[in-house]
Amino acid sequence: MAGPDAVMNLPGKPFSFADLGALAVPAAVLACIAASAQWSWIAAFPQDWTLPIAGAINAALGWIIPAILPVTAALSRALAAILTALVLVLQFIPWPATAIALMMVGLRAGGPRLLGLCVVAVAYVVLAGFWRQSMATVALVLLAVPMSVLGGFVLGLGAYLVPRLRRPVEALFDFMQTFPAFAYLIPLLLLFGFGPVAGLVATAVYAIPPMARCVLSGLTQVPRELVEVGEMAGCTPAQRLFWVELPAARPMVMVGINQTTMAALSMVITASIIGGFDDIGWAVLSGLRQADLGKSLLSGLVIVVISIVVDRLTASLFAEPRGNATRRRLPAMRKVLAGAAIVLAAGALLRLAPGFPQGLNQMAGIIDFGLLNRALLGFVGRYSGVLDAIKSGVLYYLVLPLRLGLAGAVLPTTWGFAMTPAITSAYALLATALAARQLAKGGPGKAAATLCVAMLLYVGMVAFPWPAAILVTAWAAWRVSGPKLALLATASLAFVLISGLWVPFVKSLYLVGVSVVLCAFIGGLLGLLAAHNNWFSAMLRPLNDALQTMPQFVFLIPALMFFKVGEFAGLIAISLYAVVPAIRYTEAGLRNVSPAILETARQLGCTPTQSNLFVQIPLARPALLLGLNQTVMAAITMLPIAATVGTSELGQQIYISLGKADAGMGITAGIVFCLTAINLDRMLRAAAGHLRSI
Amino acid sequence: MASSSVSQRRVALACHDLWKLYGPDPRRAMNAVLSHGNDRERQRAALARSAHVAAVAGVSLEVHEAEIFVLMGLSGSGKSTLLRCLTRLIEPTSGRVLLDGEDLEKAGRKRMIELRRHAMGMVFQNFGLLPHLNVLDNVAFPLRVQGVDTEKRYARAREMTELVGLSGLEASFPNQLSGGQQQRVGIARSLAVGPQVWFLDEPFSALDPLIRRQMQDEFIRLQKMLRKTIVFVTHDVQEAFRLADRIAIMRDGAIVQMGTPAEIALSPANDYIAEFLRDIPTLRAIKAADVMQPLSDTGRPARTVPATELVEAILPMILDDASPIGVLDAAGTLAGQITTGRIAELARHGRA
Ligand SMILES: Nc1ncnc2c1ncn2[C@@H]1O[C@H](COP(=O)(O)OP(=O)(O)OP(=O)(O)O)[C@@H](O)[C@H]1O
Ligand SMILES: [Mg+2]
Repeated sequence: MAGPDAVMNLPGKPFSFADLGALAVPAAVLACIAASAQWSWIAAFPQDWTLPIAGAINAALGWIIPAILPVTAALSRALAAILTALVLVLQFIPWPATAIALMMVGLRAGGPRLLGLCVVAVAYVVLAGFWRQSMATVALVLLAVPMSVLGGFVLGLGAYLVPRLRRPVEALFDFMQTFPAFAYLIPLLLLFGFGPVAGLVATAVYAIPPMARCVLSGLTQVPRELVEVGEMAGCTPAQRLFWVELPAARPMVMVGINQTTMAALSMVITASIIGGFDDIGWAVLSGLRQADLGKSLLSGLVIVVISIVVDRLTASLFAEPRGNATRRRLPAMRKVLAGAAIVLAAGALLRLAPGFPQGLNQMAGIIDFGLLNRALLGFVGRYSGVLDAIKSGVLYYLVLPLRLGLAGAVLPTTWGFAMTPAITSAYALLATALAARQLAKGGPGKAAATLCVAMLLYVGMVAFPWPAAILVTAWAAWRVSGPKLALLATASLAFVLISGLWVPFVKSLYLVGVSVVLCAFIGGLLGLLAAHNNWFSAMLRPLNDALQTMPQFVFLIPALMFFKVGEFAGLIAISLYAVVPAIRYTEAGLRNVSPAILETARQLGCTPTQSNLFVQIPLARPALLLGLNQTVMAAITMLPIAATVGTSELGQQIYISLGKADAGMGITAGIVFCLTAINLDRMLRAAAGHLRSI
Repeated sequence: MASSSVSQRRVALACHDLWKLYGPDPRRAMNAVLSHGNDRERQRAALARSAHVAAVAGVSLEVHEAEIFVLMGLSGSGKSTLLRCLTRLIEPTSGRVLLDGEDLEKAGRKRMIELRRHAMGMVFQNFGLLPHLNVLDNVAFPLRVQGVDTEKRYARAREMTELVGLSGLEASFPNQLSGGQQQRVGIARSLAVGPQVWFLDEPFSALDPLIRRQMQDEFIRLQKMLRKTIVFVTHDVQEAFRLADRIAIMRDGAIVQMGTPAEIALSPANDYIAEFLRDIPTLRAIKAADVMQPLSDTGRPARTVPATELVEAILPMILDDASPIGVLDAAGTLAGQITTGRIAELARHGRA
């Protein structure tokens, strides 16, 4: 380790005990690694130290569920009846009638562009032969969204009216949005029975937070002056709320409805994993399971198309009209809606007429799945060499080193050399030298971090001793935020340990780690290009939009298409899903660097590359870090989905427990998920805050 | 708007030793401050020790019926906070506010709503128009809150819209109006309930100078018709001197000087205020009555001016002809005279 004398020489930077403390961390880690060879309890958390948390949860549920089952069963029957009726109606109306109704609303709300989009969407759904299924999905969304909107509105309003509720409600939302859907599907299954209703309820619950958040933030952002206007007019509290605050918050509430609808749409697909309902999600899933990739791909595209139409439709329907238009628009909109309803009714009546082609809605698509499958397989076969090369490259040089460490992954067959003692010493020397340099520059924290990372890379994440992991995490949390976060992080890791989920947890972490590295690299590059090239940015934007409105399951399709079932396909799916925030934040961060500063840099004679490296990127660091945070969060939420194509981590644990209806295990793993997401989120945000304050 | 008559009128709004503290524990800090009686220095010291900020620091004032009372001061001097304490939009930490002799501190929630619905009107700096309502509905809003029926409410709102010169724009929405038009809507709305006391918080400061001037003229015209009791906040000295019957100049939450524009212009209390006055032609603030001297025995002056004539207008008269000018009061009787000597004295003090 570097001698402290180097630091002593620096003027004005006296060496403090805190710095010494920082260097004690890598020392302790080294000690742990050394000790783990001696004492097995350091290497692996002993089985008999774990607590039967899953069992306890199951026991608790065993009490609770029978108590509320009568209520939920009744609710379930009611919802099932409504859902069945809605599906029947939607599937009964001939598709041309539905299409015309949709186009009328589209034209009115968003002009010819939206009309065009509607035409393309309907054409695709009909031609691909998924009309029936998509009507089932639409029915689910139509039922779930009003429930979520109502629930979200009430929660958001409650949090606004009772400020003391705000923090717990915010925490609840964080929890709801990071808690894997699969994990809470299980208790819902127990409560609502197997079938679409459990999925419907899961969807409605999942889609509540965006609405609630928007309502709350819309209300808190109402200008103080407007509130005072209400007060001075002598409003009662209710008058103030309904006549001043809520109308002023209207645009945000509308954004909330749009986001809630999108969330519902994506969850409806995820929830279809329960099965028992012939909707689009099921088509995607069964396609995946039967290796019928053509069908899966086509039905996945149906979801994309529906998502985009619904997004644009709700966005333009609720867009804040300019001025005068409000008054003129509303009656006009009502007329159009009434007209659409008449068209639908007329369509249904027509169908009852004799001689109506009854099979209209069941029309098979004109696209031959078999042919598509063969074409896809042919394509994949032709490029299998390239694909294999990518796969083994990532596997040998990124995944394995992280999992097994350099010590385990560096083999003559792949890397061309082995970790001989000489190379190991060279590695250690290199790391120490780097740390010494950082120490000399006055960054003991950085030096300690470098040493820790070097050791982690050497032994790998799976073999990294758990006491060392706790120590490093707690120390890092303390440094970026403070004792509170350190305590939370320690408690979270302790929970993971005693729940016995340490190993799958670590595997999840490295999967997230690898995909974040991939995303940061590729997304960063794309973002960099987009920041400097308007044309490229304009090209990328609709692609990003499409990726963000796509339900998570759809990402599995290309991953499976190119790289068979297995961890690598999961990794690709995760990365595809998580790359968008990396692109977006990089571009936005770089573009937001003030032009005045860039001008100064040019004035000082920086070349474009220099200005990029030394000015723009450092200044954009907080934004880049926030982008990284979003990428990490996206990767975490994608894990359970990716588990369906065969990863072996926490997500898989949840997926298995879903299969076994083991609520306890699912919930325990879900809690671990939440804790991981919340801790990482807090730490990265705190780090971004640090960077901004510098 | 002769000041002498204003001060004899009934007091419509008053406050006594009003304080508003911000900080971790305003109540405790308040007790510490008040324990020093009336000693301003020690009060300030106690406040500094407690690490609280006094947005309003021991303000007492009286506003008379139909008077335009202007609160003036730099940004952060506590004008808005004082105004909001007077309306109880902000709860004062200590002190009393009397509206028509009624102690607002003792008014319950119901009574406060009642008072705001009928006795107070307020105009806001950023207009405060409700974005989802058109002009007519915005103006009618306070009436709707009171439960006035639609027909009556729209009739009254139309009347108010016409009063501020916005006829024809009733169906427009706030985002379709210019700043000046928006503030006219704000004014119409605040007048719709026919309030006794009218509060205006920098109503024209978001407008460009030309429009601001126009709005000030409009305001003067309205006040001539309506004769409201007015508390008007501004940081613009010229505006203050143009509009005010009396001005209170604030600094760090306290009133530094209070008086008619002429009183302030003729004898600023300290350098801080003198500095303020540098930007304004004070001759325009001083009227004949403010500077007239007793009549001398030498006889009736040949020329006379009314008591409300501005010194600015008298100046060329006296430069043309050095003989004294008589000053007539409202009843038309000779009340005093102005001599060259008096004007020269004003000029020597740097006020002319
Ligand atoms: N809610 C608050 N919390 C803490 N301090 C406040 C609060 N509101 C006002 N202050 C402080 O009180 C002082 C007076 O503020 P106020 O808004 O009344 O000033 P003002 O004279 O109206 O200024 P301006 O001309 O900028 O509107 C300021 O120093 C301000 O920082
Ligand atoms: Mg103010």
